[in-house]
Amino acid sequence: MKRTIIRVTVAVGASVLLAACVAAAPKEKTALEKRLEDPRVKNYIVGEKMTGYVFATAATRTVQDDDFENPAFLWVDIGEENWSKVDGAAGKSCASCHGDAPDSMKGVGATYPKYSGETKKLMALQHRINWERENRMKAKPWKWESDEMLGMTAYVKLQSRGMPVNVKIDGPAKPFYEAGKKFYNQRRGMLDMACANCHVDYPATMIRSNLLSQGMPNGFPTYRLKWQKVGSLHRRFRGCNKQVRAAPYKQGTDEYTNLELFLMDRARDLPMETPSVRM
Amino acid sequence: MAKKPRIKVPKSAKKGEQIQIKTLISHKMETGRRKGKDGKLIPRMIINNFSCKFGGKEVFSADMYPAIAANPYFAFYVTVDKSGTFEFAWTDDKGKTVTASKDIAVT
Repeated sequence: MKRTIIRVTVAVGASVLLAACVAAAPKEKTALEKRLEDPRVKNYIVGEKMTGYVFATAATRTVQDDDFENPAFLWVDIGEENWSKVDGAAGKSCASCHGDAPDSMKGVGATYPKYSGETKKLMALQHRINWERENRMKAKPWKWESDEMLGMTAYVKLQSRGMPVNVKIDGPAKPFYEAGKKFYNQRRGMLDMACANCHVDYPATMIRSNLLSQGMPNGFPTYRLKWQKVGSLHRRFRGCNKQVRAAPYKQGTDEYTNLELFLMDRARDLPMETPSVRM
Repeated sequence: MAKKPRIKVPKSAKKGEQIQIKTLISHKMETGRRKGKDGKLIPRMIINNFSCKFGGKEVFSADMYPAIAANPYFAFYVTVDKSGTFEFAWTDDKGKTVTASKDIAVT
């Protein structure tokens, strides 16, 4: 009996001590709280929505903030050069019809993907550029992940930098939006995970050593440090799909274009950030 | 490495002023340690030297090794006391050199 009492006393004593320790330890800040201390991130938050800029490290943000230091501008330069370069049988360049890009392309990038009455399809900016090249310039289309295409996409989207994302999801675009939404919530791959399982359920938590973002598409094409070059949003989709051990689709397929529309709507009102820099 | 490098040099400066120069060049900086789809090593192909001359005299240079990431970026400071031309040169493993130059007016 005596032994029992001693044991109880020891147990109670230990738990009191433990409780005191827990109370005394200062609350450690979460990774996101630390990121939010940087005053630069405030332009990249709208309500609950945060762009990848917020989740990036301070060093990565510094690279993005300086247009000279940002290596994506090497690709923007290619786009700018090609804008006024005559190509194809029609003897035209982009500038022949559109004039100066900073005027004519202002705000255009923020509205893509867009339903096109001409093709009766949903078109990403890349589809549109190639359609114009083939039909108006009579030139060869560019490959999706080529430097020319990435450069032109980045150059056009750059003209909308800072403007809120504003895609149309009603009218003829509605079925495409719905298909994108379905894709986003559809579990796939050997890990049986949907996009939403990470980017809706667990943003701001650690995914191995990385801080998981909300998966916003407003900074693409982006210079990814991992790729050491600029890459398209669809390339990122392929990466995501592979990570859940699902067979990825090709860049520019309907599945990914629909998904792009859904994501752009998800990022509505966030500022366009192209060309961003990410991990 | 065909694309042209980006260089930022102030157009003018005061005599004896310290100016900042920034350069960025597009290069994939292949380390020589990656394997291709066929399982064979991709040969090393990096820019191994960058140099900046002012009026024919070297003012800054750097040797690079495979740990340098793609698209090398340099920022450095130079004190100028007369007008002249900055000449930049990037040399890769094949011995190919890309050059560029920028003028500065010193008052």
